[in-house]
Amino acid sequence: MLLRIVPVGSYAGRARAVVERSALVNRRNWLLVLSGIFEPMFYLFALGIGFGGIVGTLTGPDGQAVSYAAYVAPGLLAASAMNGAVHDATFNVFMKLKYAKVYDAMLATPLGPTDVALGEISWSLIRGGIYAAGCLAVMAALGLITSPWALLALPAALLIAFGFAAVGMGASTLLRSWQDFDLILLVQMPMFLFSTTFFPLTVYPEPIQIAVQCLPLYHGIELMRDLTSGAVTWGILGHVAYFAIMVALGGWFAARRLGKLLLT
Amino acid sequence: MRPVGLVLEHLWTWYRRNWRATVVSSVLMPLMFLGAMGFGLGSRITPGPATHFLPYVVYLAPAMLVALAVQVATGESSFPVLGSFKWDMRYFAITSTPVSVDQLLTAQALWVALRILVSGLAYLAVAALFGAFANAGALLAVPVAMLAGMAFGSWVMALAATVNDEGTMFGNVFRFVVVPMTLFAGTYYPISQLPAWSRPLAWVTPLWHGNELARAVEFGGMDLLTAAGHVGYLLVLLAAGLLVARRRFHVRLKV
Repeated sequence: MLLRIVPVGSYAGRARAVVERSALVNRRNWLLVLSGIFEPMFYLFALGIGFGGIVGTLTGPDGQAVSYAAYVAPGLLAASAMNGAVHDATFNVFMKLKYAKVYDAMLATPLGPTDVALGEISWSLIRGGIYAAGCLAVMAALGLITSPWALLALPAALLIAFGFAAVGMGASTLLRSWQDFDLILLVQMPMFLFSTTFFPLTVYPEPIQIAVQCLPLYHGIELMRDLTSGAVTWGILGHVAYFAIMVALGGWFAARRLGKLLLT
Repeated sequence: MRPVGLVLEHLWTWYRRNWRATVVSSVLMPLMFLGAMGFGLGSRITPGPATHFLPYVVYLAPAMLVALAVQVATGESSFPVLGSFKWDMRYFAITSTPVSVDQLLTAQALWVALRILVSGLAYLAVAALFGAFANAGALLAVPVAMLAGMAFGSWVMALAATVNDEGTMFGNVFRFVVVPMTLFAGTYYPISQLPAWSRPLAWVTPLWHGNELARAVEFGGMDLLTAAGHVGYLLVLLAAGLLVARRRFHVRLKV
């Protein structure tokens, strides 16, 4: 079925080879790969413990008062899924595409651009999955998880990462030079800071609230917060749909652009 | 002095063409952090003893300036310095003229200080427009930030002159030193909020001394002896860092 939608020659069903290559390349870099787990931890400890004493309790998704640490942790989890995915899908992809010419080499083998796109995204999802699992373990140890629904937080983190990786990869095919990474940062950082990661939506005036609600990370954070606190309603399907659309559009665009750039 | 000026002019010539890329990381980012943490989260924080009884954004603003200085110093002393040794080898080109290694290092360090000054003033001007600063004492926080930034940056420069493999070193410095330092050395909240055993870790960092000083020059309430202690510590750190960097520069440029 999928082979009928995707143009012939674009997909050879061998995305696994691309993942295997990434694992081989990173075999000696595992410290840097794993170190990605520490950044959300640092934020969690700093904000949870440090701010815990200054900020009073906040209102959780189900209307109950929660500690600041319990409030900020799911936000950080979603944000770290985004940061990791975007970093992988832009920085690494741009490097391989433009300088290391890894993809040109890959396409000389029986791989198509869709294999490359899927393989790269899968690798970044494996990384993201490790980070999210680590984060969730620490949250559970600190007693910040109050519902069995949190088991779904891991697949949710992967979905969030998938959405951002697909869009990020599409965007990185449009980059011209290293200076353009500032443009990505310019989208990513405000989203990280203002999408209710650190404070509730209600601090904003009405028009800004609506703008924030359009951002993808807002939906990721809401999804995560609902799951870890157990305030699960049908509404979370809306958040899931948002990311499904990101995956579809971003993936389609990335595969098409890669095909064009690599002259297949 | 003239050779130092010439090297500075060289750095400036390059920067004049490429400054746009630095605006995002060295001015917009701290402003966004100030907006999100200071105004956004700050709206959930009632002024109390932890914030010197000031609105949170006013409490945060001077320390954010010091954190900015450390970040700019790290950025300007890492890849640009390593690159000048390894990639385009411009340090070898410069020292093959009548510019000595010491003059080169002086100019490079002055350049980083200038970058902190410019970014700091830009940040100060915009943040002041939003009312994040209480009084003109904030202007004095700029030299404090320069001192703290250089106290850290000189060590990064020494490191950059030492490493040969760009691989993961600076990424790790940023992830395991700069970011935790910003989070745990009293930028966002006083370190008295942290458990007692972890406080000595903050005392070691230049950022904590810079934060204390920057808040003191704006809000007052620090006796002269304590202030002298903070300045002294930063000066010692800076001098030691520059000495190590000087040693590494001499070794690498083989003179």
